[in-house]
Amino acid sequence: MAKTAISLTVNGEKVEALVEPRTLLIHFLREQLSLTGAHIGCETSHCGACTVDMDGQSVKSCTVFAVQADGADLRTIEGLAAPDGTLHALQNAFREWHGLQCGFCTPGMIMRAWRLLQENPHPSEAEIRFGIAGNLCRCTGYQNIVHAISAAAATIAGASKEAAE
Amino acid sequence: MIPAAFTYYRPRTVPDALSLLGAHSEEARAIAGGHSLIPMMKLRLATPDHLVDLGAIAALKGIRAEGGAWVLGATTTQAELIAHAGLARALPILRETALQIADPQVRARGTVGGNVVNGDPGNDMPAVMLCLDAALEVAGRGGARTIRAREFYRGAFITALAAGEIVTAIRIPAPPAKAGAAYVKLKRKTGDYATAAAAAMLSLEGGRIATCAIALTNVAPTALLAEAAAAGLIGAAPGAAAFAAAAAAAEAITDPAADGHGPVDYRRRMAGVMVRRALAAAAERAGG
Amino acid sequence: MNEVSETRAAREEKLQGIGCRRKRIEDIRFTQGKGNYVDDLKLPGMLFGDFHRSPYAHARIRRIDTTKARALAGVVAVLTATDLKPLKLDWMPTLAGDVQAVLAGEKVLFQGQEIAFVVATDRYIAADAADLVEVEYEELPPLVDPFRSMAPDAPILREDIADKTEGAHGKRRHPNHIFTWEVGDREATDQAFRVAEVSVKQLISYQRVHPSPLETCQAVASFDKIKGELTVWGTFQAPHVVRTVGAILSGIPEHKIHIIAPDIGGGFGNKVGVYPGYVCAIVASIVTGKPVKWVEDRIENLTATAFARDYHMTAEIAATREGKVTGLRVHVLADHGAFDACADPSKWPAGFFNIVTGSYDFPVAHVTVDGVYTNKAPGGVAYRCSFRVTEAAYCIERAMDILAHKLGVDPAEIRVRNFIRREQFPYHSALGWEYDSGDYHTAMKKALEAVGYQALRTEQGAKQEKFRRGETRELMGIGVSFFTEIVGAGPSKNCDILGIAMFDSAEIRVHPTGAIIARMGTKSQGQGHETTYAQIIASELGIPADNVMVEEGNTDTAPYGLGTYGSRSTPTAAAATAAACRKIRAKAQMIAAHLLEVHHDDVEFDIDSFRVKGMPERVKTMKEVAWAAYNAVPPGLEPGLEAVSYYDPPNMTYPFGAYICVMDIDVDTGVAKVRRFYALDDCGTRINPMIIEGQVHGGLTEAFAIAMGQEIAYDEMGNLKGPSFMDFFLPTAVETPHWETDHTVTPSPHHPIGAKGVGESPNVGGVPAFSNAVNDAFAFLGATHIQMPHDPWRVWKAAEALGLQK
Ligand SMILES: Cc1cc2nc3c(=O)[nH]c(=O)nc-3n(C[C@H](O)[C@H](O)[C@H](O)COP(=O)(O)OP(=O)(O)OC[C@H]3O[C@@H](n4cnc5c(N)ncnc54)[C@H](O)[C@@H]3O)c2cc1C
Ligand code: FES
Ligand code: FES
Repeated sequence: MAKTAISLTVNGEKVEALVEPRTLLIHFLREQLSLTGAHIGCETSHCGACTVDMDGQSVKSCTVFAVQADGADLRTIEGLAAPDGTLHALQNAFREWHGLQCGFCTPGMIMRAWRLLQENPHPSEAEIRFGIAGNLCRCTGYQNIVHAISAAAATIAGASKEAAE
Repeated sequence: MIPAAFTYYRPRTVPDALSLLGAHSEEARAIAGGHSLIPMMKLRLATPDHLVDLGAIAALKGIRAEGGAWVLGATTTQAELIAHAGLARALPILRETALQIADPQVRARGTVGGNVVNGDPGNDMPAVMLCLDAALEVAGRGGARTIRAREFYRGAFITALAAGEIVTAIRIPAPPAKAGAAYVKLKRKTGDYATAAAAAMLSLEGGRIATCAIALTNVAPTALLAEAAAAGLIGAAPGAAAFAAAAAAAEAITDPAADGHGPVDYRRRMAGVMVRRALAAAAERAGG
Repeated sequence: MNEVSETRAAREEKLQGIGCRRKRIEDIRFTQGKGNYVDDLKLPGMLFGDFHRSPYAHARIRRIDTTKARALAGVVAVLTATDLKPLKLDWMPTLAGDVQAVLAGEKVLFQGQEIAFVVATDRYIAADAADLVEVEYEELPPLVDPFRSMAPDAPILREDIADKTEGAHGKRRHPNHIFTWEVGDREATDQAFRVAEVSVKQLISYQRVHPSPLETCQAVASFDKIKGELTVWGTFQAPHVVRTVGAILSGIPEHKIHIIAPDIGGGFGNKVGVYPGYVCAIVASIVTGKPVKWVEDRIENLTATAFARDYHMTAEIAATREGKVTGLRVHVLADHGAFDACADPSKWPAGFFNIVTGSYDFPVAHVTVDGVYTNKAPGGVAYRCSFRVTEAAYCIERAMDILAHKLGVDPAEIRVRNFIRREQFPYHSALGWEYDSGDYHTAMKKALEAVGYQALRTEQGAKQEKFRRGETRELMGIGVSFFTEIVGAGPSKNCDILGIAMFDSAEIRVHPTGAIIARMGTKSQGQGHETTYAQIIASELGIPADNVMVEEGNTDTAPYGLGTYGSRSTPTAAAATAAACRKIRAKAQMIAAHLLEVHHDDVEFDIDSFRVKGMPERVKTMKEVAWAAYNAVPPGLEPGLEAVSYYDPPNMTYPFGAYICVMDIDVDTGVAKVRRFYALDDCGTRINPMIIEGQVHGGLTEAFAIAMGQEIAYDEMGNLKGPSFMDFFLPTAVETPHWETDHTVTPSPHHPIGAKGVGESPNVGGVPAFSNAVNDAFAFLGATHIQMPHDPWRVWKAAEALGLQK
């Protein structure tokens, strides 16, 4: 099958690649770029394990073709920590609040939460639950995930308040 | 769950898209948000040889008011629709509906045009467009035409759109004065297609229902306009008795399938319950 | 530095031992996307396998043509039963003593059964080629209803064993009959029913469901022809068992097989068994000389691997008019699908279903279970439960409600009247178990007070009146469940898997700097073993948990163990961990005494050090002792500081709990909304309360899913209905209730640290709590039993049957 050249930004770095048009973005990320953080849980666009950020929105990368990401700006879980390795408030909060067990949903869940907190920096519990409704978790029962996201929101708000002062 | 191979095009203009679709006619498909099409392709229930991505065509984007009417570009995503403050004020039922479709990630990609054109009885926007009497603006190699939503749906996945045509925009007329509208959906869980859902819009004059439209989702091979149900309400005082009669009339035109959402009789009755609830909410919003 | 001068509390805190809410070690990699799951593995030259599967539930295979598939560029091999036969791998033994076709050659017995395994250079080509395999079938009548399996005119499913009258568990009465299992005193029980003042009888079905962890089953097999060694990375809850079975099956010596279970994305019982995908990947690697990856997709997962439950239980309780139970009789019809691939200990064809007397003091009981074949996928795994314990708990907890209803006694009260009393432990149940410890009355009292039970009943009564008057269409249900589990298989006297006793193991080495490497025979799939085992070691040895590295899942380095399922890790491997630590501590004490120049009886262990009795200032820390173990051991003692323990538990453990669910039901739509859910668990000693609560949240959510909608359903042709996450009910964060957790602590008297295991309690106790709440809502209108799952349409139908949908 003929391949198409695409160029995009992934976690701040320029990437040029050849892909088959039918290559799903999740397979491109995991297999061609070896970014195995995002997972495949359902393949029918229901579970959100494959969630990555694309041009400022959360998307299910199992339901996007890699060719459609030509020119896009992508962020995956691997690009969430600061360049010096400092973890993002969400990454810390998920650990602190026991927001994960097997960890399989976690990269997608955190990336979704990351975008959610930019859309709504102070979400209520109900808003968090609604905001992560595209991400299934089989282990945690969500309660601690919701806590973790709330706690991270508070940490981020605290940090930006501090910076402003 | 791997799609079959295809060639991919990403035109920048409507004429380019039309000529690509025309050149490959039967084997070509337009793709907008891809959130109905790609899942079908992964199951190999759809195996287009050529995929024409409408995503890069600027002319298909955007939401604008034209007089009292609103025009939604076909590739407006559900997320963009939800975020549009002016539209939310003018036609809150659209935002209310969009928020009940799927989940945040699907709404980020899925388009209003795709939802309306897809022809899946489970899609939520068609009933709303029937209720609001929207018109679809269509472009084809033969030129442009307009199709009323009320004349668009022919059967499951069968619409009035001819091969090679695309929908460029959806035009929604201004609602009657003092109208209230609501979309009420019963589903098994967040993100699910409707067990049954109803869109209702009514306006009041002197405490009586002056105009009314009702439409139903996922209780027949296509979305349904419940004309008799709505007609029976004209002149009636809004209230449980009148709404129950309308619900019964709406139930009578349903033809639901038995599936995981439930058996036929249940889904039919749920259509009625949704109609009652949508009418009650619409009446309240209309100031009744 | 004299660490001993710190306060005792500070020293204890530093250890992060038993009882502390230690943050998980695993999370550091998982939150950065650096987990190491099977599908993340990439080996040079790796090929991909994919199955061609049967569209029919029951059909004879006339012809398989793989020509077109083989001709596709990129396809390396296509395996069918014909290729497996010479290797004697076309069939494989199941854990339950049956055999299962690896690839169907003559007949397909369920929709989605594996027929051909296509191997290609990438997964896209493999998928294309799988579609190109052509199979000619002759359709046969499908057998879907287990109640028809043993009918005289039922189609015979298993022609391979049609004339075998003796099965793995005794006589077979019909070609579709697998076994009959009987336990208890039939005569005494019949007598109890003959003289009973009151009795109830109800068919209680627990529908077929599926564990569906978020990661499906997958494996990478790599055969090294030169060394004759096979390495398999896979989603294995029990890696050592896979190795042993693999050796027996393939003829490759066990030491030349390396089984590695890396990080696992949830198991819940789905990853205990051995599936055709694993076998085919291995054969394909041997045939092609390349590593072969097999990754099941979600539809395949729901269709072909490891269903759970499908138990149809007819329960009868005999009682006095005062509501004191006098006898229990249960008959179970168990639908095992096309092959008996239940993952139970080998001598237990119905698992530990005989825990069905529950928390109640039944003087006599009798149980029979009939296992039958149908044209459905094999499995019968313990989906977040100890073998068939969820079924048993559901059965008795529903039946007790039905009895309460008949007698007009409150459901909480009927339980209290019949509880096994604290002073009766260790308690011998009528069906043969010895319950280790319990204090049911205290737990129940705490639970009822916590939720304000009486006030809830008053509110419910008022609502019922309003409903009768037509002022509301909402009903309120209060579900009470009090479960007793049996976990920790198990004592070798009653539990084995294919002859291997179900002990478990720990191997612990203290290095000179006080760093510890610990290896276990179990395998975490999200339970946090790397964190909790280290806590036990920290408490037992006085070395901070952060200095302990826990390893599992690699059969080359891990001691032999039976794996993780059935809540067995805490009762077995955690016990082994404590036992190994105690061996180390005994040796450390000798070394410390030597360093302190006293007799070893004169030193005692205190948090993190040894001190001379009566002279608290004369101490040696465990860390100092570790160093000395490598250079200053007393004469006659070997250097080094390590121990291995293979722990064969003297008994199982019996966690219990009281759950209460409050639900509001919209009668017009059948939608049930959980208003409140309170879960009190008693799992004995609590190693890490944070992890316990997390397990309870997760288990309750699975219970909620099962009770309120999950179902693997087939149509009359044996077609699976809705095998994807669109229809298979997994609740999102929106529907999932808020969970309230609580506990009491009744340690296990026989476990070294008193712990009992908790991972599965919430599923066991949760399902009846939800189901009882739904039933309770309609009980005042005369409903006795509404079958699960309680999805809206079924709830609506139940209301319709009561005349409420006019
Ligand atoms: C998990 C999940 C849950 C969902 N839940 C819901 C739900 O609750 N309610 C609901 O309504 N939908 C739901 N959907 C479907 C979703 O809303 C889709 O986005 C929508 O149905 C199609 O829009 P699209 O832009 O993605 O179209 P695509 O998938 O790109 O296209 C769908 C069809 O329309 C055609 N098409 C698209 N745009 C045009 C155009 N402008 N002109 C001509 N033809 C066009 C395509 O050729 C294709 O045949 C769900 C989807 C998923 C994956
Ligand atoms: S794998 Fe993409 S949504 Fe599940
Ligand atoms: S932590 Fe296992 S699926 Fe969420």
